[in-house]
Amino acid sequence: MSLSLLQEVLPHAVGLEPEGLLPARQQMALSLGWHIILASFGVAFPAIIWAAHWRGVYRGDDVALNLARRWAKVSAVLFAIGAVSGTVLSFEMGLLWPGLMGPYGDVLGLPFAFEGLSFFVEAIFLGMYLYGWGRVPPKRHLLMLVPMAIAGVVGSYCVISVNARMNMPVGFRVEDGQVVDVDPWAVLFNPGAILQFAHMWVAAYMVVGFTVAGVYAAGMLRGRRDRHHRLGFTIPFVFASAAAVVQPFLGHVLGLRIAEAQPAKLAAFELATETESPSPLRLGGLLIDGEVRYSLDIPGLGSIIARNSFTKPVQGLETIAPADRPPVNITHVAFQSMVGIGTLLFVAVLVYWFVRWRGRDLLDHRWTLRAAVAAGPLAVVAMEAGWIATEVGRQPWVVYGYLRTPDAAGDNPQIWILLVATAVLYTGLTVGAVVVLRSMARRWRAGEEDLPSPYGPESAAAGGASRPHDRGPEAS
Amino acid sequence: MTLELAVAVALFAGVVAYALFGGADFGSGFYDLTAGSAHRGSELRTLVDHSIGPVWEANHVWLIYILVMWWTGFPESFASAMSTLILPMLLALLGIVLRGSSFAFRKFAPTIGQARLYGAIFAGSSLITPFFLGTVAGAIASGRVPAQGRGDLWSSWLNPTSLLGGVIAVGSSAFLAGVFLTAEAHHADRGALTASLRRRTLAVGAVTGAVVFAALIPILHDAPTLADGLTGRAAPLIIASGLAGATALALVAARRYGPARISAVAAVASVISGWGVGQYPWLLVDEVRIADGGGADATLAGLLVVVGLAGVLVLPPLVYLFRLTQSDEWVQH
Repeated sequence: MSLSLLQEVLPHAVGLEPEGLLPARQQMALSLGWHIILASFGVAFPAIIWAAHWRGVYRGDDVALNLARRWAKVSAVLFAIGAVSGTVLSFEMGLLWPGLMGPYGDVLGLPFAFEGLSFFVEAIFLGMYLYGWGRVPPKRHLLMLVPMAIAGVVGSYCVISVNARMNMPVGFRVEDGQVVDVDPWAVLFNPGAILQFAHMWVAAYMVVGFTVAGVYAAGMLRGRRDRHHRLGFTIPFVFASAAAVVQPFLGHVLGLRIAEAQPAKLAAFELATETESPSPLRLGGLLIDGEVRYSLDIPGLGSIIARNSFTKPVQGLETIAPADRPPVNITHVAFQSMVGIGTLLFVAVLVYWFVRWRGRDLLDHRWTLRAAVAAGPLAVVAMEAGWIATEVGRQPWVVYGYLRTPDAAGDNPQIWILLVATAVLYTGLTVGAVVVLRSMARRWRAGEEDLPSPYGPESAAAGGASRPHDRGPEAS
Repeated sequence: MTLELAVAVALFAGVVAYALFGGADFGSGFYDLTAGSAHRGSELRTLVDHSIGPVWEANHVWLIYILVMWWTGFPESFASAMSTLILPMLLALLGIVLRGSSFAFRKFAPTIGQARLYGAIFAGSSLITPFFLGTVAGAIASGRVPAQGRGDLWSSWLNPTSLLGGVIAVGSSAFLAGVFLTAEAHHADRGALTASLRRRTLAVGAVTGAVVFAALIPILHDAPTLADGLTGRAAPLIIASGLAGATALALVAARRYGPARISAVAAVASVISGWGVGQYPWLLVDEVRIADGGGADATLAGLLVVVGLAGVLVLPPLVYLFRLTQSDEWVQH
């Protein structure tokens, strides 16, 4: 690992920047990167559960109904930690970035308020859905997923629109250091926000679809080849496949905007040190002491992909003042990891469905199942890499062109302690979630369906006439 | 009414709602924590699971609402409050994270051992969260958050008003939860559980009521601006709170649990509103007035649109959810 790369990771460990900056960055990256996985489940899981539940109710498919019931229980765990880790972010906006929230809170905040509304709706219907099994008539119960799914879409649109506005600031002016002429609505109908949202929305379906399908692929690898596993694989895999096919096109259209909106970010994505016409596509490679090393250059393809043109150049880093350049290597590697994985998944699902259309079932092959298991983690890596690419690529700005990240951070050196504590806490939560989810799967395989709360009364003497296991709130 | 005031009222309505609904959820942690061994406490813990399971996430969103309204409507005061009160905010946040996740983990824990671990974390963190949020309220109400920059990291929330605020928050949460849990146990025909919850609720309510009124004396010295408001403009609310609280206690004692819930809610809502009215017109007491702390007018107007939409889109399903959870099919299962 070269020194320059190390300097990017620890950009200004010593210097004039506020003491809270570096830990605040790491803290934000950790808590956002963790929450975004759970948020994806909040966005995409309701629709996937709905598909299984719909089959169960309208086609009388008991296997599908059972899948929906189990997925609902899994989502109870995931949504709970998603709700609290999202709350962490609400606090952190103020705790870590007082210099952003003070001057720009009223510029950025309104979409968050709409997001709050959607989250409210999602939480209300989640409660009704999770506890409604056996208590609400089946068709009405199924309908409760619809507001959840819609709220997930609206909520993520609102959050992404805030991020889009940090990338492409609109709807305010700065006069003598004061923010004036605030139009809080401007961003909600910004085309950049719509594209950025679509990219993330589809990514959520890839993450959740491939991950859930992967769980059943793993079961089939262990020889559990019943209909339960096949259906449990197929339903989420259909969602993930559709998403994986659309995603490269969405990403391409979104990328085209960057040349105009954030040339420095595009230069870092493409590792373009100099403006070349046409620009090459640089696969791999690192910027070391100002030189591009270890890259495979394909002439002309960079212009075609990034600019939709045979001649238009990618504006090079040499045109950007050194103080305004993002950390190039992190941005470039993250961007190419995302694109690489996205392309791989795109090709993989096309091959799978093509072969299946030709009448062969690839699920009989162990290597297909192994690939299906790997697809979930790969989709997660691609999504994280995408966020790293866009967030690191926007540096040194928080609000592009208006507010630098060092000016947004507080001067609290103790945030290092917070970072360590958060890492410990999130590790604990991850372990807890994995232990609980695995134990649920184990008990389901053992034939235990209701998973009563272990605090359930052990004898009828505790009151009421029903059997002990009927006490679990989900029993019916 | 100015835009700033309208948004402040909407924000404060969220504070009251969170204190009531979120408070009742947190307060149930007190009974869970003190329910005894896994065997002896299982009936009560199952009741807690059952009672807050379907609603806690929705009730939790009031906190998100408060934060978002605050930073969007009054951004400068949000930034300085967060910088000054970073420690109690983080501790409250720790409690929020631990409570929500361990509650979900406990529900599906495979063994009694794990359930005890998660349950202890759930119940303990249910108490620390309202305490630290109460100290935050005390810090703001006693004028310890500066308009700009950062106040003292420690004395801003380690002072009489803050600590009493924390204790009152825990006590009123536990009282509310007690009344609701007792009513629910009664509704489900669980005689022994109802009797034990009734006793404990009466004790918690009596202690909390005493603390609220005893707290007025130190607050008179420690937070003069707030004290002026509490003994002046907000006095009717404080008196109403005392009456409602006493009524709630009497109703619990008389085993009239349905009406007791209404009185308990009225008592806690009046105390919280008393604080809000008492510190009016200050946003951060002695530092920033509501009229001077608002963000851009267009944004404030936008927030009022959000509030209007919330009335249409959120309140009806929320009411439906609460009605469902109180219906016979849900209570008896």
